[in-house]
Amino acid sequence: MSGQTNDYLVEVNNLVKWFPIRSSFLMRTIANVKAVDGISFKIKRGQTMGLVGESGCGKSTAGRTMLRLMDRTGGEFTFDGQDVFALSREELRKMRPRMQIIFQDPYSSLSPRIPVGEIIGEAVREHSIVPNSDFDDYLTLVMKACGLQEYHKDRYPHEFSGGQRQRICIARALALNPDFIICDEPVSALDVSIQAQIINLLKQLQEDFGLTFMFISHDLSVVEHISDTVGVMYLGTLVEHADARELFENPLNPYTKALFSAIPYPDPDIKMNRIILEGSIPSPANPPKGCKFHTRCSECMEICSLATPEFAEVTSEHFCACHLYNDAERGARAELAAKEAKAEAAAKVS
Amino acid sequence: MIEFLSKRILMGIVILFFVMLVVYAVMYSLPMSYVERMAYDLSARPGSLKSSAEWLAELNAKYGFDQGILGGYFIWLGSAFKGDFGESWQWTVDVTAKFKEVIWYSFALTATVFIFEIIIAVPLGITAARKQYSTTDYSITVIALIGISLPTFFTATLLKLIFAVHLGWFDMFGMQGRNYLLLDDFGKFMDLCAHMVLPAMTLTIVSIGPLMRYTRTNMLEVLNSDYIRTARAKGLSERKVINHHAFRNTLLPLITILGGTLPALFSGALITETIFAIRGIGYTSFYSMINGDIPFTMFYLMFIAMLTLLANLIADVLYAVVDPRVRVN
Repeated sequence: MSGQTNDYLVEVNNLVKWFPIRSSFLMRTIANVKAVDGISFKIKRGQTMGLVGESGCGKSTAGRTMLRLMDRTGGEFTFDGQDVFALSREELRKMRPRMQIIFQDPYSSLSPRIPVGEIIGEAVREHSIVPNSDFDDYLTLVMKACGLQEYHKDRYPHEFSGGQRQRICIARALALNPDFIICDEPVSALDVSIQAQIINLLKQLQEDFGLTFMFISHDLSVVEHISDTVGVMYLGTLVEHADARELFENPLNPYTKALFSAIPYPDPDIKMNRIILEGSIPSPANPPKGCKFHTRCSECMEICSLATPEFAEVTSEHFCACHLYNDAERGARAELAAKEAKAEAAAKVS
Repeated sequence: MIEFLSKRILMGIVILFFVMLVVYAVMYSLPMSYVERMAYDLSARPGSLKSSAEWLAELNAKYGFDQGILGGYFIWLGSAFKGDFGESWQWTVDVTAKFKEVIWYSFALTATVFIFEIIIAVPLGITAARKQYSTTDYSITVIALIGISLPTFFTATLLKLIFAVHLGWFDMFGMQGRNYLLLDDFGKFMDLCAHMVLPAMTLTIVSIGPLMRYTRTNMLEVLNSDYIRTARAKGLSERKVINHHAFRNTLLPLITILGGTLPALFSGALITETIFAIRGIGYTSFYSMINGDIPFTMFYLMFIAMLTLLANLIADVLYAVVDPRVRVN
């Protein structure tokens, strides 16, 4: 790591990614799918940020755009003090080992024609991460750290199970000695027993190597387990971002509340207080004006359809974009909400 | 592997037996009979002592046509088994001799085209895929479509007009220039090559399109896969991403269709050879067929059938070589 004193390894500022919809005839852009529509967050060194939201809300697109696997439409991404979007191709290539990504599907993200040792080691050699003489030992070390055996090197990806494949993907990312890894739903393609193994592996690696994670998922319990802070996305925008415990205990945004009310509780006697959202998620090509959530929000006010709520710090380190907390007394309201939540939790227990 | 190979070869022999039976049945039942015509010719010759009916009976007996389709087929099969394919009726030499004489012209022509087709179409397809929906992509696609849509005879005529009539670089047709006999060996070879340029160009133009489209489609599929995204995220150079990761995975479907074109290398190009008067196998087999030359046609089609079977086998084996998934199972 560099000697900079900046606490934040990752700073994303107003990141925008639109996909143009072109007319079939003249190929003119007639509309844009606003997959990521201005999100901002920071991740501290050595911490994990969970990013949750429904399918299609732009979580994965945000991750891929940050790593410049796609061109951005606007915004900034500062990685360890460097503006990633300002780097030239060659500079970016040199930078790549420091920020890695693990994809959701361990079946499609490993080239079927290349042996595992080559998949893991190829880029190590390309970037001269270790001297050539140490290469084999290093490879073995990394594979062992990820729960793989040395003799797996010469095998091909199809000879492994889903969980092992995901270990290969993790080893691949880890071998480059990164500072930051984006985990793009790394466990949603795996069954539950394997999910736990992989999550624990990721946590272990984070401890051992001081990694910073951005953990994209739609599985709230997994995110709660692994994250230090959690961001909630809806239709391309970040609606809430706070410390994980704070967020789960005291969600402010009505969307977050609805989302969390869907977490199953392992006790059949407890009556779940579910908030059922009406209608379906609007098209990101033509999102509602004002607050994007106002069409489905149970606490919709007049202003919600008129003005876009600001993504502001409501209480310390707890950001939320909602008009409920956006006026002069927003702090007071948030405190009230916290009290209510506590009372509710107490009622549930008794 | 040996078990797999021997099984496939045995299966191939059975298939070949029935394919040739069908071919023989079709040739036998054709309305124009070379034997009948020969019988009339022989009886009409001055000094002929037999009537046409007698000649016909004698000839039929000689070639085994009086035994019916199955009987005749087994007679052909028996002598073919001994390596005797008889004498061609149309060309009045041994079938194998005629075949040896003409096959190499066709092979040289189609092999040249095959090589040019690959070295032009595959890179074009990859370029088009890498720059999908760009001007380059559309230009390549349009050119490929023009190549696919133009009939061979039209392309050939157009090339003749440009290169033979207006520019005068090549002869319109034939395989030898007017000074052929005066040239030394090297000169003769160069003369032959010069006469192959236009036919080769014609065949290349019409064959690039499908292969290029095929490469593009497969490459696009691979380029949009997660493992290419992974390779980019690893920080590999773009050259490595394309050559090492993407192209390797595009190779598999390409080999299948290229393996399938192996028989085409030897079957000749009927239309092009006829237009340019190249005495290759396409031209020769065409005249054999329309004249009902059973021995030559049988041999030629047997050859093609064997090649097709062999090509499938080779494609399967190559599949195993390039695809680790098939190799292990």
